[in-house]
Amino acid sequence: MRSLILALAAIAVAALVTACGGTSEDSAEAGSDGAKLTLVAYSTPREVYAQLTKDFAKTADGEGVSFDESYAASGEQSRAVENGLKADVVAFSLAPDVTRLVDAGLVDETWPNDEWKGMVSNSVVVFAVRKGNPKGIKTWDDLTKEGVEVIEPNPFTSGGAQWNIMAAYGAQLKQGKTHEQAVEYLRELFKHVSVQDKSAREALQTFTGGKGDVLLAYENEAILAQTKGEDLDYVVPDETILIQNPVAVVNNSSNADKAEAFLEYIRSDDAQRVFGKAGYRPVSENVAGEFDYPKPPQLFTIDDLGGWAEVRERFFDRENGIMADIQREVGAALE
Amino acid sequence: MTRYALRFAALGYLAALLVVPVGLVVYRAFEDGVAEFFAAITTPEALHALWLTIIIALIAVPLNTVFGVMCALAIVRRRFRGHGLVNSVVDLPLALSPVVVGLALVLVYGRNGWWGRWLIDNGVQVIYALPGMVMATVFVSLPFVVREVVPVLREIGDEQEQAAATLGASSWQTFWKITLPAIRWGVAYGVVLTTARALGEFGAVSVVSGHIAGRTETMTLHVEERFQAFEVQDAYAASVVLALLAVCTLLAMTLLRRDDA
Amino acid sequence: MSSVAVPAPRRRREAPLALGVSTAYLSVIVLIPLAALTLRSLEGGVSAFWDAVTDPQAVAALKLTFAISLVVVLINAVAGTVTAWVLVRDSFRGKTIVNTLIDLPFALPTIVAGLTLLALYGPKSPIGVNVAYTTGALVLALLFVTLPFVVRTVQPVLLELDRDMEEAAQSLGATSFQTFRRVIFPNLFPAILSGTALGFARALGEFGSVVLISGNQPFKTEVASVYIFGQIESDNITGAAAVSVVLLVASLGVLLAIGGVRRWATRHDQ
Repeated sequence: MRSLILALAAIAVAALVTACGGTSEDSAEAGSDGAKLTLVAYSTPREVYAQLTKDFAKTADGEGVSFDESYAASGEQSRAVENGLKADVVAFSLAPDVTRLVDAGLVDETWPNDEWKGMVSNSVVVFAVRKGNPKGIKTWDDLTKEGVEVIEPNPFTSGGAQWNIMAAYGAQLKQGKTHEQAVEYLRELFKHVSVQDKSAREALQTFTGGKGDVLLAYENEAILAQTKGEDLDYVVPDETILIQNPVAVVNNSSNADKAEAFLEYIRSDDAQRVFGKAGYRPVSENVAGEFDYPKPPQLFTIDDLGGWAEVRERFFDRENGIMADIQREVGAALE
Repeated sequence: MTRYALRFAALGYLAALLVVPVGLVVYRAFEDGVAEFFAAITTPEALHALWLTIIIALIAVPLNTVFGVMCALAIVRRRFRGHGLVNSVVDLPLALSPVVVGLALVLVYGRNGWWGRWLIDNGVQVIYALPGMVMATVFVSLPFVVREVVPVLREIGDEQEQAAATLGASSWQTFWKITLPAIRWGVAYGVVLTTARALGEFGAVSVVSGHIAGRTETMTLHVEERFQAFEVQDAYAASVVLALLAVCTLLAMTLLRRDDA
Repeated sequence: MSSVAVPAPRRRREAPLALGVSTAYLSVIVLIPLAALTLRSLEGGVSAFWDAVTDPQAVAALKLTFAISLVVVLINAVAGTVTAWVLVRDSFRGKTIVNTLIDLPFALPTIVAGLTLLALYGPKSPIGVNVAYTTGALVLALLFVTLPFVVRTVQPVLLELDRDMEEAAQSLGATSFQTFRRVIFPNLFPAILSGTALGFARALGEFGSVVLISGNQPFKTEVASVYIFGQIESDNITGAAAVSVVLLVASLGVLLAIGGVRRWATRHDQ
């Protein structure tokens, strides 16, 4: 008995020492002039950044720089950084997740003041459908047809859902409808939504798992699923929104200059090509021309709809937002 | 006749709910061959996740064991007002949702938490680092040693301890030579259950972990991550490792029961 | 060798250390975080707390959680008693293995549990059964995690049960069913009750196994823990804390009730 307890105690002490050694190792690590940057990003560009962090280390600016990377849902990550997750570079799926950090004093409000408006990649909202598109879904109106089941993540937890909804809303406006008619369309649409996962990636998995007829998704997510062998097609609707993904440097970073250099790098032609090959639309104009992504005739941006600040308040305020009302109505109807 | 019906019902229920699903996952994990399985569980991320899971357990389990024995002694040997309440508070981690646990810890140790700001300003990172994950694991695996030791302590009574004290033994000697050996099976069961819980925690650790690949991902978080990255086979492989650890725990329990009786 | 030493003071000197350390440990690990949670939920005053808790989506989530948890533990009360009976009174090859397997839900991580259920009863099911994204999936996941509770509380009682009464009843002409109902069941009832209550408390807070398989649809398949997670994600920390406090109070209530049942049962025996 005594020896057992002594053994347990010894193991515990050894574990504690190793653990402490492990955590202080983080700050002391990275060799002579090497720096360690922590990248906190949303879940979808994982493979892209895994490549880019390696490539960056091969450049002059990035010599000796190593990365810790963290990937999870955009809102979750933004909140984590706000709550103390140490980060040097943040990459989220939509600008409001950066704004949250600006409000918390962690990112300078001048972050979008560069030639790319703070963005690193683009995409568009598409309809992901079953292979061969058996239900012939091509337009926004097709989504509200009888018997069509739509998969859409929860707009109060998923940035992707917010892009989807604004695409739907904006599309109606582009078709010449009024604000009220557009909101009515959203209401109709949500009556067809059968599952609301908490993130865009989970919604994609629900869809590839066999649920639903159509998924509202980022184009790059649909492409990723196809490359992973999932059986789906996607349709780029005529009216859709340009999804713009921001990056920013966290201002209490101890390696701010390296972080800035990384941000420069990921807008370079080489890096943008990596994005392009992974299914994203590059922000860099010259590289964008090398890929032939379909160009929707009626492409609009969030600024056309009033900008995120206004849209978040009008649509996604969880008490009085338009979507909160719709959720309640649709939910009440389901009970 | 009823005997067979009951047996069939019970075994059928267990098969449908437990055995077949787990068996299917094991089958799927090895579907592409043993080499594939080993490749999946020996990636740097998977190995680090396993190492991290074990380290956290190695810290949490001894802490909870020492606490567990002390708390059981306090509850049984010293009748104080509200000991029923303490008993229930100790059991609380069994019933609390892990999301609630994570939230509560963030509210204290996060950047905007009660002590978080002071800690972070002084260079101590709790949330999104190892200490936070250890705390979450300690929280959820807290009750087991207490729960196993309390009934044993109650059952054996304190005559032996009283006798020892009469003969001049110090409290420490009494504890070490009399009490501890008497409760050793309770402690052993408790340690096994605590270890199982610590190895398998997911929800609370997920909230406080930061998901830094290769640094703050435990084995359970690794399973989720692989599933989300469409690498379902990798997720199944990691699950099989966790299931094996679970089975070892179960075997330890069975052996202990046999030795105890 | 001392003469008649006074044992009692020595003993009480030991316990205070144990009590002191335990209280400190419990406080730091459990009580202080829970206090922070409660205070946060009341940050906007009682009215904000009330609003958060009476939000239609919150109410739907809580109702669903309580209802499904109740249904599930009642099913497992029956299944658990039958299983305990078979394990104690029956004998067959492999019984030890079955007995060991009962604890699997305790030992298996919840996320793995969710994954295994999804593999067999989800979209890619090899037997064509797909309950994913329905309340059926919730029931399945919760049945899995609460399975061992009643079995493990009933087993020891069954093992200790004195067979004389049963034999007497049988020799007096009672049928097996009557024997069970009149003689055996009353003895098992407290154990079944406490196992059920414990399982209920556990089911209320379940997260990991539910999150993959249920679709988490507000008003339909969203349980309380997933709702709380969602509120955290949408920056409604006060709301998340408020609903968390509701779950906390419910769990605490159930645990206190179990303690009460235990005390009633021991008095009942005597």
